This record gives sequence, C-alpha cells and structure tokens, in this order.
Amino acid sequence: MATGNGNRKSPSNAVKIILVIVAVVFLISWISKATTGMADSTWLNIRDGFLITFAAFLTLSIFSFLYNDNPFYKFAEHLYVGVSAAYWMCLGFWSIIVGNFVPHASKTLSTFFKVPFQEYSWFYYVAFAFGVILLMRLLPKAGWIARWPLAVIIGTTAGFNLSRYLHSDFMSQVGNTFQPLFVDWQGAGHFFSNLSLAADGQLVMSAGNWIVVVGVLCGLVYFFFSKEHKGMFGAASRLGIWILMITFGASFGYTVMGRISLLVGRITFLFDDWLSIL
Amino acid sequence: MLTNQDHSFSKSHPCHIIVIILSFVFSGFGASAQAEDTATVATYSSDISPAVDLPPITLLAVDTDNDNGGSITISWDDAGYSELPQFRGYEILRRSIQANAPVLVGTAPHGSSSLVDKSVSDDTTYVYYVAATVGEERFVSDSSSHVQSTWQIYNTTLTPLLIALIIVGGSVIFFIETAKRGRKLFLRKIAGLEAVNEAVGRATEMGRPILFVAGIADIDDVQTIAGLTILGRLGRTIAEYDTKITMPTRTSLVMTAGRETLREAYMAAGRPDAYSDDMVFYVSDEQFGFAAAVDGILVRDKPAACFYLGTFHAESLIMAETGNLIGAIQIAGTAQPAQLPFFVAACDYTLIGEELFAASAYLSEEPRQLGSLKGQDVGKAVAMMLILAGVLIMTLASMWELDTMNQLQQLMRDLFSLN
Repeated sequence: MATGNGNRKSPSNAVKIILVIVAVVFLISWISKATTGMADSTWLNIRDGFLITFAAFLTLSIFSFLYNDNPFYKFAEHLYVGVSAAYWMCLGFWSIIVGNFVPHASKTLSTFFKVPFQEYSWFYYVAFAFGVILLMRLLPKAGWIARWPLAVIIGTTAGFNLSRYLHSDFMSQVGNTFQPLFVDWQGAGHFFSNLSLAADGQLVMSAGNWIVVVGVLCGLVYFFFSKEHKGMFGAASRLGIWILMITFGASFGYTVMGRISLLVGRITFLFDDWLSIL
Repeated sequence: MLTNQDHSFSKSHPCHIIVIILSFVFSGFGASAQAEDTATVATYSSDISPAVDLPPITLLAVDTDNDNGGSITISWDDAGYSELPQFRGYEILRRSIQANAPVLVGTAPHGSSSLVDKSVSDDTTYVYYVAATVGEERFVSDSSSHVQSTWQIYNTTLTPLLIALIIVGGSVIFFIETAKRGRKLFLRKIAGLEAVNEAVGRATEMGRPILFVAGIADIDDVQTIAGLTILGRLGRTIAEYDTKITMPTRTSLVMTAGRETLREAYMAAGRPDAYSDDMVFYVSDEQFGFAAAVDGILVRDKPAACFYLGTFHAESLIMAETGNLIGAIQIAGTAQPAQLPFFVAACDYTLIGEELFAASAYLSEEPRQLGSLKGQDVGKAVAMMLILAGVLIMTLASMWELDTMNQLQQLMRDLFSLN
C-alpha cells in the first residue's frame, strides 16, 4: 500500500489477480449492456453501456473504502478530484471572467467570447484588479501586496455580516422567544379540569413554550464565557448543554435518515440501471 | 377627453374613463381615438349594475418609506365595490404626468387594500388610478395626487438594530480598551481548547503530521475566518514543536489566507525557515471531491491530530469518522447546527457554535479578542434580560386581557421583528 512517505511496494500476486477479475467482470458487464441496449445505434449502445458500467465501477470503488484504502478507491478518488478541480476551474473562467467581467469590460472581448456586451462598469475593473493583485504573490518581491485584497475581502465580509447576523441571530431569535408561559390562560380551575395531551391543548402548548424559553436561557448561559460555571449558573449551564445534546440527537437521526435515502438511490442505480434486476 | 390635466380626467364620467383606459391597456395608444368614439356607446345602466350608486374609490399613493427608491405604495378604500356579487378584483393603473396613457401595473384580489409598485423610476412623477372590476365593467377611481419615489438615507425600522449594535459594539470597544490598559479579563475554560496543546504534543511524540481543515466555505464566511484565527495560534505551537502540518483547502482564497496565516505564525515562533507553502494546498471546489481527498490523506498520512474548524456540511461525518478510524485525536468546531451532532459523535472535543469564535480569543489572550468576547457576553446578558421581560409581558398579556399589556406585547413584537 502506498503511504504518504512515498514508499511504494509492487502489488502482490493476489492484488494482481483481483485486478484482473474486476477488469473481466466489468468488461463482461459492458459487453452485456452494449448488446442489450435499446438505443437505435450500435455505437450509442456501446457508449451507454460503457457509461453505466463505469459509473457502477466508480460507485463500488468508493464503497470499497468501507473495507480499507485500496487501489480502486485511490483511482476513483484521484479521478474525482482531478475532474472536479478542472471542472470548477472551467466553470470559474466561463461564469466569472467571461460571464461577468467581459460583458462589462470590453466590446472586443465580448465579441470574441460571443457574449452580449452590456455596459462599462468601473466596479468590475476593481474586482479584476483585486484578482491580479492576488496573483502578485507569485512574484517574490511583490508578494506582500497580495494581502491587500485579502484584507479588503475579510474586512468587508466582517462588516457586512455584522448587521446581518445581529438581525438574524440576535434580534429575530430574541423576538421569537417571546412566548407566553401559559397559553390561553383562563384560571387554574379551567386548566386542571381540561388537562389533555392533545398537541393543540393548553398543557402541551404551554409546556412547549416553557421548554423553548428555559432551553434558550440555559443555552445562553452555557455560551456565557465571562463567569465560571458553578452553583446555580453551573446547573443552568449543564441543563443548557443537555438540551443541546438532545437537539443534536434528534438532528443526528433526522440527517441519517436523509443519508439512507442517498444510499437507497445508489443501490437502486446498481441493481436497476446496471444489473437490471429490480 | 384624455388630457394631461388630471383635473379634467378625474371629473370625467366613469364610463368614459373606463373605456378610455381599457382602450389604452388592451388595444394600445393608437386605438384611443376609436375608444373615445365608442365611449358614449359603451354603457352600463343602474338596472344591471347597482355599483353606479356607489361613491368612487378613494386612493392614496405615497412614496414607500424606508427604501432605496423605485417604489410607490398605493392604498385604497373601495367604497363597497368588493361587496358586489360579481366583484372580480382590482386593477391598479399608473400614468406618468408626461404621458397620456395609463398602464396597468398590477392587480389585487378581493380583500386587498394596497399594492406596492416597484416598477417606477425616481425621476418621474406619476398619478395612479384603481379600478374595481365588477362583472365585465370597471369602475375607476379619481386620480391620485402626484407622487414621486425617493430613497431614504436612514431606515427607521432598523432603529432597534442600531440600538443593539451600539450596546454590543460599545461593550466590545469598552472591554477592548479595558484589556489594553492591562486589566485582567476572566474567561472560563473551554474544554476543547485545553486539548489543543495535548493534540500537538501527541503528534510531535508520534512523529506524525497534524491535519487542519478550515471548513469548506470560502474566505467570506465568518466561520472560516474563525478557523484561520485559531490556525494562527495553533501554527505557532506547531512551529515551536517542529511538527508537520497538512492543510488541504477547498477554495483558492482560503489556501492563500491559510498560507499567510501559517507563514506569520512560523515567523512569530521564530521559525520562518521551517515554513513551506506546500503545507497548505488546494484540492478541489467540489464538496465531495474535497472530502474524498481528505479521506485519502487521513488513511495514507495517518495524522495524529485532526482539526476541523470552520463551516462544514454533509462531508463532516465522512471526514470525522475516517479520522476516528485511524485513531487520531480530533478537535472540531463549527456553527452549523446540522453538522454538530456528527462532530460530537465522532470527535474527541467539539467546539459548539460560539465556542468556535471564543476559541481564538481564549488561545491568543490578546486584548482585542478578549475584549471582543467580553463585549459579546454583555450582548448575551442583554438578550437574556430582554427574553425574560418579553416572556413576562407575553404571559401577563395572555393571562389578563389588559390593553396596556396587549400594547406592550405588540410593541415588543414590532421592535424585534423589525417591521
């Protein structure tokens, strides 16, 4: 197995045999898909057969990581990283430079890239200049200037997010916690004579509001860093972290269910699109 | 009939106005002459439309408050047209004072009484009309007064936000100045951060590298910045211990910022010669391509300590579980609520939410960062007091139907919803 130190061993005979078997299996799969294809052209059947077989091979190669790191996973990983890096670079060039900058910078370039010229805008030249300055780091003597656009980006982001987060994470959160602790209160007699576990009942709705209010306050206490978490403050903090953990548990289960659906999607592909046994 | 004088237009017989407007709206300007000719022919009589007995719709068109221009708000009182059995809705028409023809700018259903026209230009003056559609007939209001949209430099609805900013920002500045004057500011211990030096020491003893992932977001994400701030402090320890660090990045700007941060950390530790740009490298913008590469690094380089600090999404568990598999000590931190459960499950220590932002202050002990954290604590204390006050008002308003309480309740809701 190759390591990060660069030490490489030649594959053993067992590995060679496994590689050959896998190659033969997928070759048979390709031939089978090509001969049973429904497309009008033979070449289309061959192409579609190859694409489905190769997709199945890559899917199984990624799954093979569950056993251990192996040559199939390495191949799939490097192919994925290489292709995606190139794809994103092309996407960045065509969407940012050609899609945004060129239509506002040059009629000649717009004609060359066949994108409609819109109007000259100095704003785009500033962004372009920032990009060029970022690349100055490639020059040893002028590398220091590359910090300027970074400083502008980080500073602008921090300033912009300040008001945004203050609105969404402070004002709105505080406002949404304003809940009555006793919903539709008509006296203790009415409350106890109408005890019910119905979701829209007074008891359940009031209990829900209590959990929200106490949970938020205890959560805030947990994230209070200026005071040691001892005594009552410590008890509130512990309750806060308990509420957080219960929330995380529910979120964990919910997300795992989502991941299971992704797994079902890949298995459906393997058994239906590839093996055609569903 | 149709002139530039709103006065004459508004005094015209409703029947004429309807037909003229319809002619412009549906047939274009060129058809107006014909419409005027047919105006006297198109009739509705009181026996088929009781609406003729109703007074005209009254309307008010004003510049929309607290916006950056380009918007006019039209509100109307329909005078009873919406009660008619064949009522179909409202049509809102606009005419610039330089033009002859009004245009349809929107429709509104039964029960509505206002509409915001966002298709206006700030340098043009307009008048508006509202037409109630009853069956096949339209009953048009008199014209509104002249109105022009403008932008406001100060948004009054955001005044509570300004007050919150002054309180929190003022507290931050106050505590920064206090810390600069040398006063010791107390910060409680954060468990995950206590383990940072332990993790670096473990990696040094084992002769294995440290893996640092600053999330998958770009440099404009505050969590990425928090992760890089921690990297700055961590980098100094790593440089002092002469340990190797590997930092794959998902975006080029994070790579650049990461290199700058590490270079400065190594210089601050007095080890600039030990720094190499190869420590921080770009992998791929593709989320799962990046995750696959990190997994590969984990199983091949077998780092002794892994740090995941920043914004993470679905790849969080993929990376953290692989790190767990190779037996690395793992410290994670993110403010992504959906990913925290995975880090809590798979990592040794997790910085939850704001702990990530507090971490850099705690590690650096710099006055600016400590003061900033103390100022934020003031914000939290204010939030707790506001919540207690708000809950008390809501509860009292719910238990006793008092006007004062209801007014206070509405005031609190308006203030914090920023409406």
